[in-house]
Amino acid sequence: MTTAPPDLAASVAGGAQPVDGTTSVPAAGARGRWSRARPTRPGVVLSFAFLALLVVAAIWPGLFTGTDPNAADIAQTLRGPGAGHLLGTDQNGRDILARIVHGTRPSLLIGLTASALALVVGAAIGVAAAQGGRLVSAFFDWLLNVILSIPGLLLALLVIAVLGPGTRNSIIGLSLILLPGFARVVRGEVLRIRASVHLEAARALGWPQRQVILRHLVPNALAPVLILATIGVGSAIGLGSTLSFLGLGPQPPTAEWGAMLASSRTYFSVAWWPAIFPGIVITLTVLTITVAGQFLQARLEGRGAR
Amino acid sequence: MSIALVADGRRAGGLAVSSAGAVGLAVARRVGYAVLVLWGAVTVTFTALHLKSGSTVDVIIGQSPVSPEVRAQIISDYALDKPWLVQYFDYLGHLLRGDLGHSYNQGMDVTSAIGEQILPSFELMAAAIGLALIGSVTVAVLTAGRPRWIRSPFSLLEIVGVAVPAFWLAILLLTVFSFQLHWFPAIGANTARGLVLPAVALAAAPGATLAQILRNGLERTLDEPFVTTARSRGIGEAAVLVRHALRHALMPAITIAGWIAGALLGGAVVIENVFSRQGLGSLTVGALGRRDFPLISGVVLVAASFYVVVNLLIDAAYPLLDPRLRPDATISPTPVAGATDVTTTATTAAPTAPTATATATAATAAPAVSAPAGGGDPTPPRSPSTTDPNQEGRG
Repeated sequence: MTTAPPDLAASVAGGAQPVDGTTSVPAAGARGRWSRARPTRPGVVLSFAFLALLVVAAIWPGLFTGTDPNAADIAQTLRGPGAGHLLGTDQNGRDILARIVHGTRPSLLIGLTASALALVVGAAIGVAAAQGGRLVSAFFDWLLNVILSIPGLLLALLVIAVLGPGTRNSIIGLSLILLPGFARVVRGEVLRIRASVHLEAARALGWPQRQVILRHLVPNALAPVLILATIGVGSAIGLGSTLSFLGLGPQPPTAEWGAMLASSRTYFSVAWWPAIFPGIVITLTVLTITVAGQFLQARLEGRGAR
Repeated sequence: MSIALVADGRRAGGLAVSSAGAVGLAVARRVGYAVLVLWGAVTVTFTALHLKSGSTVDVIIGQSPVSPEVRAQIISDYALDKPWLVQYFDYLGHLLRGDLGHSYNQGMDVTSAIGEQILPSFELMAAAIGLALIGSVTVAVLTAGRPRWIRSPFSLLEIVGVAVPAFWLAILLLTVFSFQLHWFPAIGANTARGLVLPAVALAAAPGATLAQILRNGLERTLDEPFVTTARSRGIGEAAVLVRHALRHALMPAITIAGWIAGALLGGAVVIENVFSRQGLGSLTVGALGRRDFPLISGVVLVAASFYVVVNLLIDAAYPLLDPRLRPDATISPTPVAGATDVTTTATTAAPTAPTATATATAATAAPAVSAPAGGGDPTPPRSPSTTDPNQEGRG
């Protein structure tokens, strides 16, 4: 018994499904889980390329710019884009391109950490809700509903009201926003695993269940969860920049995209460039992560490239 | 959930359960659960804000030096010397009477402070949801089932609309339309003209998400047998889309209405901030800076109530939109199974999608809505009927 492709479409959607195990296997099996149905669309290729660029910029910002992101130059304040300063300078005469490049690391880290934290805690809650008794399950369901009832941004603001502003506390707030979605998907996956024909077959053959679960079912269950977490990174970066813009995230003089926008707002009636360029990068980042995540999701569900 | 309960009742009790009684029971249970969730939100908020660091008296007093008498007076006024549990039950008791407590530094009740600011926010949100609805329905109807070169630019626009942070879109709109073109007032104008840019910025994400979901729904519905029937009766393509397909496509869109309500409220907080508009947003951000905890709890609770009420209304709206979900439905041969599927998807998947997608995507929203238990894509529930169930009984 090897890894037969399970029907992941419904499980990604967060619902547990009655598994009869036969419905989707032929279709998905015929095409193969990661095989190519159609050539990959250029938008998807561009998205992955941009993300690769971001990762490089986050690790080695020096590759893209030799300018110190925090070097203020009073003689060069609010210079427009042009030679010398490709994207112009901000109110302190700092090079905007250098600040965007150096801002990649904190901006990406906020999204990644928030999503990872939500994944770990959400998975724990999801497993507990699926494995626990009715009462435990009902409790966690209620808890997730309570979290969901507070609109995302207000939830983060509540966390910051309690813990105070700053990078770490924004991350906690952001992960709380992502948590219910992750918990529900994990719960659905666990329920699906428990009811799966694989497990039944293993039981019938007298195979050790633990091995079947760990070697065949968990890897299959992980994929949709990890893809959701990928898309979650995009959400967290977008919301994180919002918190930074409100002055509640990384504090100055950190070069971070949302924070750059926050410090630009006093001047943006006279100088548009400090307010526009970091926003373009944020939008592109969220966009490309979404496209990449959707692509992986479509692949996994056997829908082919979108 | 209510519908699922009705369906269960029908299955279990069959004809013995009167449908009116079943509906009543289902509604009562649904409302009861909503109250339970709200109580949870109150408790979480209250507990969280009491876990904060620093002393509450110092927050209320602020920077100004006061005599010990005044300090003692404040402590007794706000009942800060009482144990946590007593304060909690006090707060609950006041809540039941519609009293959200007294603001630390607004010099008024939280209820009045919110009451004063809620109208401009609702105005903004109403304008945004109107724009989002009109825009998304128009785009979806015009592009559904069309060749790719027509759809693609809109698809791209939608993905961008979902990804772009609302506050930055606001800045962009301000830069272009206020500072460069001078078409709209920049900051703070509480006029109809001043409402345009903030409403557009706020409408982008929900509008783009709705457009994606509506188009998916329309395209799925256009393959249904009843659409073929309608076409064979000689009904024009436009009428098929608007009169028959759109109602079906609305189902999954309504499922995310709760998320949209939350997104609008959260978005309004930031947008008001960018445009220096009056409203709940400026109230909240200001309260955050002054650590005005009663005010923050009040806003959070109003938002949570809003979300819960919207979700209750969504549950009530399903049977109105799809007659197969009504307790007395006789159309579909398998209404019970279908009804249960749709509602469980709606209640479990709908909130999931928005959290994961808060700013990012309808990617999860759309499949979450469209792929309920069983792995098919039946929203609305697939039935072999070749008549549009919505048109049934209306000739």
